[in-house]
Amino acid sequence: MFRRQGALCVATFAADEVRVLRKVATEVVGLLTEGFDHDDPVVNRLFPDIYPERPADSADFRRYTEGDLKTAKIDQAGAILAALPDAAGGEVRLDAEAAEAWLRALNDARLAMGVRLDIGADTDIGDELDDAVLHDPTSARVFQLSVYAYLGYLQESLLNALMD
Amino acid sequence: MGDMAAPQVAPVEAPDTEEVPAEDRPWVTIVWDDPVNLMSYVTWVFQKLFGYSREKAEQLMLDVHTKGRAVVSSGARERMEHDASQLHGYGLWATVDRA
Repeated sequence: MFRRQGALCVATFAADEVRVLRKVATEVVGLLTEGFDHDDPVVNRLFPDIYPERPADSADFRRYTEGDLKTAKIDQAGAILAALPDAAGGEVRLDAEAAEAWLRALNDARLAMGVRLDIGADTDIGDELDDAVLHDPTSARVFQLSVYAYLGYLQESLLNALMD
Repeated sequence: MGDMAAPQVAPVEAPDTEEVPAEDRPWVTIVWDDPVNLMSYVTWVFQKLFGYSREKAEQLMLDVHTKGRAVVSSGARERMEHDASQLHGYGLWATVDRA
């Protein structure tokens, strides 16, 4: 988890944390590049219609802005990949600009996972995780829910460190 | 809205919105509630993007959370489109509409 050290936000990541962060950031980049598909509900959530009741105006706006927005999102996911230590784990030190890119990228990753995991307003992640573990502790859903919860804690800790 | 009492002042020639031609009415940026974004993060984004005080940003965040949506800025259409696009960059669910 992140803490403040002078002007920097600093965290030490174990090998499995580095692996998970690399995986989720790489998946976001994949979703925004070769996997980009407007019929995917994740893409729909990351690039919402600006005029929900006026599809033509939404499409018009999209034509002018989507490229830049996509580039920004790829860059912020790239900021995670760029700052991660090697596979053995180690320290990450972020200046304010990098910390903000991480915050946005962690948020994109959580949004994508939230759609895939069907997280709703009444979802309690602890309950979901308990149910999933009871059902099958080795399932992909258990892993995904754990990662989703972890990213939330990490994002919150980075935000707190940045505002410290 | 919140718990504050309404100020005891008479409205000064409150304009009848029905009489303002649609083209002249301002536009608004609306942020919608979603189950993933952290409340602290949403507050931070409102402060960061709009320069709002912590109090104002928190109140807007709570409006989004409890009412399902909140108007976060208003003005010219191009400006609102810019705001919504910026909010999308931060992962907030924003739309634009007439006031």
